[in-house]
This record gives sequence, C-alpha cells and structure tokens, in this order.
Amino acid sequence: MLHIECPWCGPRDQSEFSYGGEAHIVRPTDPDALSDEQWADYLFMRANPKGKHREQWCHSAGCRRWFNVVRDTVSYEIVAVYRVGETPPEVDDAD
Amino acid sequence: MQIRRLPSGGRIDRETPLTFSFNGRAYTGYTGDTLASALLANGIGVLARSFKYHRPRGIVGSGAEEPNALLQLGRGGSTLPNQRATQVELHDGLVAESVNCWPSPQFDVAAVTGLFAKLLPAGFYYKTFMWPQRWWHTYERFIRRAAGLGHCPRAPDPNYYEKTNASCDVLVVGAGPAGIAAALAAGKSGARVLLVDEQSELGGSLLFRDAQIGGDSGDVWLQDSLAVLRDTPEVTLLPRTTVFGYYSHNWLGMLERVTDHLPDGDRSQPRQRLWRVRARQVILATGAIERPLVFCNNDRPGVMLASAVSTYIKRYAVRPGTRAVVFTNNDSAYLSALDMQQAGVAVTAVVDARDNPQGPIIDAVNAQQGIEIIRGAVVHDVLGHKRVHGVKVAPLDAAAAALSGSSRALDCDLLAVSGGWNPTVHLHAQSGARAVFNEQRGCFVPGQPVQSERSVGACSGEFALKPSLDAGAAAGADAAREAGFKPGRKRTYKVQDAEQGPARLVWRIPARTRVSRAAKQFVDLQNDTTAADLELAVREGFRSIEHIKRYTALGFGTDQGKLGNINGMAIVAAALGENTGGPGTTTFRPAYTPVTFGAIVGREIGDRFAPIRKTAMHPWHEAHGAEFEDVGQWKRPWFYPQPGEDMRQAVNRECLAARNDVAIMDGSTLGKIDVRGPDAAEFLNRVYTNGWSKLAVGRCRYGLMLGEDGMVMDDGVSARLAEDRFYMTTTTGGAAAVLGWMERWLQTEWPHLKVHFTSVTDQWATIGVVGPKSREVLGKLCSDIDFDRDSFPFMSFREGTVAGVGARVFRISFSGELAYEINVPANYGQSVWQAAMAAGAEFDITPYGTEAMHVLRAEKGFVIVGQDTDGSMTPADLGMDWILSRQKDYIGRRSLARSDCVRADRKQLVGLLTEQPDQVLPEGAQLVDDAQVTRPVPMIGHVTSSYFSACLQRSIALAVVKGGRQRTGDTVRAPLADGSVVQATIVSPVFYDPEGDRQHA
Repeated sequence: MLHIECPWCGPRDQSEFSYGGEAHIVRPTDPDALSDEQWADYLFMRANPKGKHREQWCHSAGCRRWFNVVRDTVSYEIVAVYRVGETPPEVDDAD
Repeated sequence: MQIRRLPSGGRIDRETPLTFSFNGRAYTGYTGDTLASALLANGIGVLARSFKYHRPRGIVGSGAEEPNALLQLGRGGSTLPNQRATQVELHDGLVAESVNCWPSPQFDVAAVTGLFAKLLPAGFYYKTFMWPQRWWHTYERFIRRAAGLGHCPRAPDPNYYEKTNASCDVLVVGAGPAGIAAALAAGKSGARVLLVDEQSELGGSLLFRDAQIGGDSGDVWLQDSLAVLRDTPEVTLLPRTTVFGYYSHNWLGMLERVTDHLPDGDRSQPRQRLWRVRARQVILATGAIERPLVFCNNDRPGVMLASAVSTYIKRYAVRPGTRAVVFTNNDSAYLSALDMQQAGVAVTAVVDARDNPQGPIIDAVNAQQGIEIIRGAVVHDVLGHKRVHGVKVAPLDAAAAALSGSSRALDCDLLAVSGGWNPTVHLHAQSGARAVFNEQRGCFVPGQPVQSERSVGACSGEFALKPSLDAGAAAGADAAREAGFKPGRKRTYKVQDAEQGPARLVWRIPARTRVSRAAKQFVDLQNDTTAADLELAVREGFRSIEHIKRYTALGFGTDQGKLGNINGMAIVAAALGENTGGPGTTTFRPAYTPVTFGAIVGREIGDRFAPIRKTAMHPWHEAHGAEFEDVGQWKRPWFYPQPGEDMRQAVNRECLAARNDVAIMDGSTLGKIDVRGPDAAEFLNRVYTNGWSKLAVGRCRYGLMLGEDGMVMDDGVSARLAEDRFYMTTTTGGAAAVLGWMERWLQTEWPHLKVHFTSVTDQWATIGVVGPKSREVLGKLCSDIDFDRDSFPFMSFREGTVAGVGARVFRISFSGELAYEINVPANYGQSVWQAAMAAGAEFDITPYGTEAMHVLRAEKGFVIVGQDTDGSMTPADLGMDWILSRQKDYIGRRSLARSDCVRADRKQLVGLLTEQPDQVLPEGAQLVDDAQVTRPVPMIGHVTSSYFSACLQRSIALAVVKGGRQRTGDTVRAPLADGSVVQATIVSPVFYDPEGDRQHA
C-alpha cells in the first residue's frame, strides 16, 4: 500500500485516496474546432510510461482535494507531490 | 507411550502433559510440543500420502518448510486444512487427521498409482486430459478427488478474527540472534521497535544450537536479552506472528495466531489477528532453511533435514530415530551428528560429499566412538518403504557427475540430510528487490534493497554467529539513526564459534542408471516433482524457470517450494548448461505461509460486511410489513404485502392506488446536493446537457448528465432555491459518484468558478405523495402553501409548513400522476410520514415500494439510469434529443458528434408488447429477428425493464434495439433459456398517458 503525502493533510495510507489517471490533460477550450481524431486523443489516449508518471490523486476519504503526484511506475516511488495549479516540479524523464 | 521421548532435556514442560488425537487414536505430549514433535515422540513415522503418487511420507522439517506433514486440524466450523504439523502448537484435546489417503496413511488404496508412475510424467494432465476439451470437466472431478488436500469447514467459524493497523520506526522480522541484536540496538535509541517471530518462543537457532555469547551460554544471553527488550518501553515483542507479505512503501502484512494454541473453548480473544504495519525501517533477520539433497527415494519416511533432527532432540527432547546416518556436503550437519550421539541415537556414519573436510567440528565428530566419516561419497539410494531401513553409499567422482565405485549398504532408520542452507530471502524479494546467486556461499542472497530494508544474519547468507550478531547490532543502530534516533556506539559481540569450512555444491546425486529410469529423486516433495520431471521439461523445450515451474508444479502448494525450489532451479540450470544462478528464481509472492480467509475478512462479516443505510422512516416500513430491497447501501421498501397477498398482487394494488386515488412512497434515498455560489447556474450549465441560467427561482428542471464520452451518466430534478443556490437530486446509486464528479471538474478544470457542493442526502427525508387525490392530502397537511393547480404548477416548488415542520414541497412526478415530494429535515421524517398517512386515511392512502415505482415509471417510459442504460447509451439513443442545448457547451457534447455516436444502427430505447398480454419477458432477455437462423444468431438488442402493468391489464417492457425507433410495429423474438421463444411487437416506450395530461392535473 502506497504512502501518499496529501499536500493538505500530510502522509496517509493509499486506502484514503482515489486515483485519477494522467495529470495535466487540459479540456480543449473549443471542442468544435477539433477533428474526431483530436477529440478522441483528448478523451481516450493516455500515457503509460515505464518510469516517472505525473498523475492525479484525490484524498477522497479525507479532505477530498485533488492534487498531483509524480510516481515511478516501476519502483512506485513517489518523487513529488504538488497542488493543482502549482508549477510542476522539475523531474527527470517524467511523462 | 512416548517411546521416542528423551528422559530429560528440551524446552517442553513435563509437568503439563496434554492429550490429543491423531487419526482417531489418543496420544499424549507436553506443553511446548508442536504436533510434529509429539507425533515423533509417539513413534508415528507415516502421517501422509504424497500428492500424486500416494507414497508414504513422514516429517521432514521442523518449521514453515515442512512439505509432507499437512494435516486437517479440528472439527466442525473451526476446522483448518493443510496445517503444517511442525508449526502447530500442541494443546489439550487437539484433533488432527491425515488427508491425502484412504483409508489410512499406513494403507492407502490410491498408492496403486505409484505402480503406474512411469505413465505420469511432468505435464501428464496437460498432455492427457485436455482433449477432447469438453471432457475436461469430467476428468477434473476425478482428478480433484484423487488429489485432495484437506477440506474447508462447511459450517460458520465460531471463532472471531481481528484486524489492526500499526506503525513503527523499526520492524525487526525474526527473533534469532541477529534479530535480537538488532532490536536491542534499535530499542536502546528510543525508537519504536516491533520484534516479530513466527514461533511461539523467541530465539531462532539458539533454541536448538549450543552457543557461547559474551561468556554466557546462548540460552542465558537469550533470556537476558529478552528481559532487556521487555523492559524497553517502546519495544514490542510479538511471538506467534508471521510477516507474510512485504508490500509497497514499507507496508507489511503480519498474521498473529493469538489463540490458535489454545483449545477451542478457551478462546476469549480473537483466534487470529491481521496486522497491517507501516514501518520506517525494516530489518530482515528471517534466517535460513536447510536445503535437502536430491537422490533416489529421498522421500522415504525417516529422511529428515539434519537441522530438524537437532531441533527435535534439543528443543523437544525427541529422538526421531535409533540408528542414524548423516549425509552432508557441509559442516553444519556434523553438529547434528553430535546432537544425536548425545541423545543416544547411534550414528553409524557421516557421509560427506567432500573429499577432505577439515576443521574443529569435523575433528569433534572424528573423536566420537563409532562414527565413521565416509569422505568423497554420497548416499545415492534409500532402502525401505514406509520407513528407512538403510542407505546405499558410493564414492562420487570429481565432476559430481557419476558414482565412481561400488556401493555399500548401511543400516539405519534415520537419515539426516544437509545440502547447505538457503537464506530466507522471501520478504526481501517481495519488497521488489532481486535475490542474486552467490557462488562462494552457494546460495541466493539478498541483492540491492529497493525499499528501506536490510538483511542480517543467515537470511543475508551469513551463517556464523558472531558476524550475525555484529551485523544485527549494526543494522539496528543504522535503522534507528535513519528513522531519526541516536543509537549511540556500535556494539560488537564476543562469541566462541567453531569456524566452518566450505561446502561442496552437489545439486543432484547421480544414480546407478539414467535419471529417467532410476528410482524417483524428489525435488519438491509436496508436489511430487522429481529431477526427471525437470529434465524432461527442459528436453521438451522449456527454458524459463517460470514456465518450468508451471509445467512441473515445482514450488506450487502450501510450502511454495521452501525446500525444493533452489535445488530445482540448479538442476534446471545444469540441464540448460547454464551457471547455477543462471535461470534465477521464480517470483517470491506473498503470502510467505498461508493466511486464513478468516483473518483477511476479520470482523467484516454478516451485518458488518458493508455499511447499511436506512431512511428516517425505516422503523415504520418494518412495522408495516415491508419487504426490503438493497439499492446500493440503502435498504428500500420493495413492496408492502397485505395478509394473503403475493408480490404481484401487492404491486398491482399499490400501482392502482397511485393511478386512481393516492399513494405514498419513501424517496429519501435520492441523492441530494446543495449547489451554492455565484457561479452555481454556470456550473450546472456545464455538467447538465440543458440550460439552467434562465430557470426562475422557485422552479424545477429535469437534468441529464453525460460523461465526457457522451454517454448518459446520471439524471435527476434540480430546483432553483435562490439566484445562487440549487437543490440537485441524483439517482440513489449515483449520489456519491456525481458529487465526486462535480468536485473533480471544479477543482481540476474550472477552479475559477465560485461554487460549493454539499451532500445533503442524509439531512432531508423525502416523502412522495402521488395520485389524483394527492392535492387533497397536501391541503390537509399544510395551510401556508396554495396548492391551486395554476398558482403551484407542475415543475415548481414552495416552502411552507407541513404537519408543523418547515418543508420544501416539490411538484414533480416520476409516475406521471399529479404528485408532490415533501422534503423535511430527516429527524422529522417519520412524524411527517405518519401525519401524511393519517391525512390520507380517508382516501385510503397506500404506501408503495420500489417495485410499484418501477412499474409506474415504465408505464410512462421514464428510464432509470443504470437499468435502461449501461454506460453505452447517448441521449439520442434514449430518444431524449430534446434535452440537448444548442446554446452552450457541456460535458460530453462534442462526443455526441463522433461518427460512432451518429450511427443509424445504434441500440435505441423502444417499448415492447408481448403477443400474449400476460407474459412478462425476463429482464436481460436477448432479442433476435429470427430465432431459426444458423448459430450464432445475430443479437439485435435486449430487454432492459419488464413488468406487468395493472392499469393497462397487460405486460409491458422497455428494450434497446438496433435502429429500433425506425422499426415501430416490427415483430422481434426473445429466445428464452427454457427453449421457448416469445414474440413481441416494437412500440413507443410511453405506454400510458402519452400526452402527459395527468401530471399537470
């Protein structure tokens, strides 16, 4: 079970959190300007890196805040945690 | 008679004898015995039959590695299968039985399979029984019966189990010398330390090996050290606790057997406790398991690990034989020879694969009268069937490839074997690290740690006492320091420890004939996997150790190859022509030893399995005979049968009351969310498909939510309480998901919108009063709201006082009738409900449940999200294009224009009328155009909702059918499981009052 540092509540067990998948996918401001393929890319296509991954987590059984995590998908190491809207920290090879 | 019990010694309590039964016979033992030591003390040699060949088997080991002595323990609901006798503490009244044999392990009918053993090579089942494929089910029944390993309890377990969470600075796994030294060092610093050991008594190897530590005997040092640890406030000692799993971020699972060692009736505490531990630092001091040697008939009862023999003698005062031979490739088994000699076991010979073993331990054995050391030789075969009668010994050539001289036979009833030691690297490997083969030490040792853990003592490949103690002390100090404590000066130990010489690695002892023709050389005793099986697998083209494992069953079963795996991997390496470590190990997975479901489940059984939610009116429903239905976590009234009524009669009566007079239902479980803030309307515009900006205060609107993929996700009516405030309702099952969905969009995509969401589902009780006479009932309950048809129109709400309670009354309808929903603070729910019942009494007001609610809404063609939709339905599929705004963007809108969403042959919602009016289609029934065409018959859709409608006096159904809206009037067919085919006609999904006049009445 991962040990995740909620930026609002501190370190807690993974069982208090829910996973939100890849982070920094911005909803297109003008969906109509996109081709079906571009829209499908926004809708369905996600990175699946072996290594560092920027992803969203929610402290759903706690403060219910969404935040971002950089996690290594091989070692499960949590490299960084930052709030929504904060500048993502510099991390080598992060997707 | 405990004929094999030594007159003195051991760590048993001879003052408290215990009685137990094995295969129906009574025996005695002592407190401190394991079931295995007590059976050995009573001279029981054969206690099991092997898995595949039904060969007689006896006890081999003394701990978690035991592959043979797997017994059924206890009776009735608390029985446990596959318990290792070597780890079961004896208690008074214990009942144990053999499993894989009939009628007894001494005489087993199925042993006849042994005669056909040549016909049962590796992969036998795959090769023979897989064809023809459809017969497999028949084969499987018989194969499973032939190879049964114990049985599950059929009755509920009368014991209870617990779960607990813990955290610590330093978790020390294993309380042998290295683990104790680590705990002492870490504990001294003030760190919170857990010292955990699977055995009932802490001490590890000190419980069966003599030692001198700091001038004291090993036992004195052990007792002193444990006393110090008990007195250290932040140190907790946990015996009888197995760390079975090492997971991410130093999170470990442990199983504490709290009262398994007590008789059934004496358990005032939980039987077992599951610990979930987060540790800053982990020290693994899990020791090592002695490795057997692989030679012909090495499974005969009486062939035991040398260290197990020592354990039975020194710890349990049991002599496992009378006349022994030792077969070894290293020094440690010489200590067992001395132990046996001291206990009065006549040791005939030590057969040593090494040509010229040297050192103080060998000298000590050499000095003993009557022990012959046979150098450069091996035991290559065992004589005897249900008991070892003797062994055949022959010289081994320099390449360890062949026997280089003639054999001689030695008489014995006990063969103590040592092929070296395998560090218990299981937890290290589970943590994500990889064990690596160390040529010099001849074993797999821990590799680079990937979590905050370190291995010390025998599990690190260090088998000598002093370096283990010193490494333990250093690791304890280092771990404490890394956890933020000051451990002080590092301690070293003074130990008198005889130095041991190098071992000679021999993985498979050559036989007189080709391996495939020789007597069986067992690698994995629990699964009857032989050296010949492994070599066959390599000959047949298997290369990966993981594939070979699955083909031969090497390392399967409850022991997961603790004894045999490393020998097996080395034999595979040799067959492949690779270095010993080449093929590597198979994956070490949790659990280290089996964990019962009872412990995993803990207290979450019965009513505590999941939370149960009840509405404020629940006691009234119960008192009035409601049958309940589970909707998510909620208990909802399903229908209210009157005496003599069946379900259909009750539902018909409830439906007719709503259509003709007045009926009342508990709608409290609907999700309710208070949406508040200057951007509330703007937010709803984005999550609902229709527009909300222009909705007047006091008015309600139905809304549909889509996923971003355009598929219907939830629906409900929302009311505008104020310019900046909405009262949103969701489906009962979707409430939590909808709240989470909105919070996510707000926080991650539109954080600039000023709006808050509050779940108020539990704060409001909702009472639906439904039917032509509902206005009259409301008029009696409330005097400060004008219920006039035009001043309080459909789809609006009013605030007022209902039965003396401040209420919000919504004029909305899920039945198509004139209807009101009264919302009052939940604490008043039941009293307002009762007031409504009293006010409606003169109209014969009828409570109705979810079943009637479903019928009423289906008559009107109202969908239920999650029943008539399945995550692949767009609004257009449901015929609800009218709710899609063209003035604004909303979640899912762009997806509705994707080519797949505008296909003409998408499944669309339709109504179905069966040919026979009284025939109700089963929900989920598949629909076809023509039941006669060749299989597979193309499916054109399925039934989503289906009921008998009392007011229409016939059955009705909703269904989704490909291109269905263009097919009104067509006939479709539903082939049912019983072989019959039901014909139905496609119609509009609105069966009743299509103009909607009644709800506007």
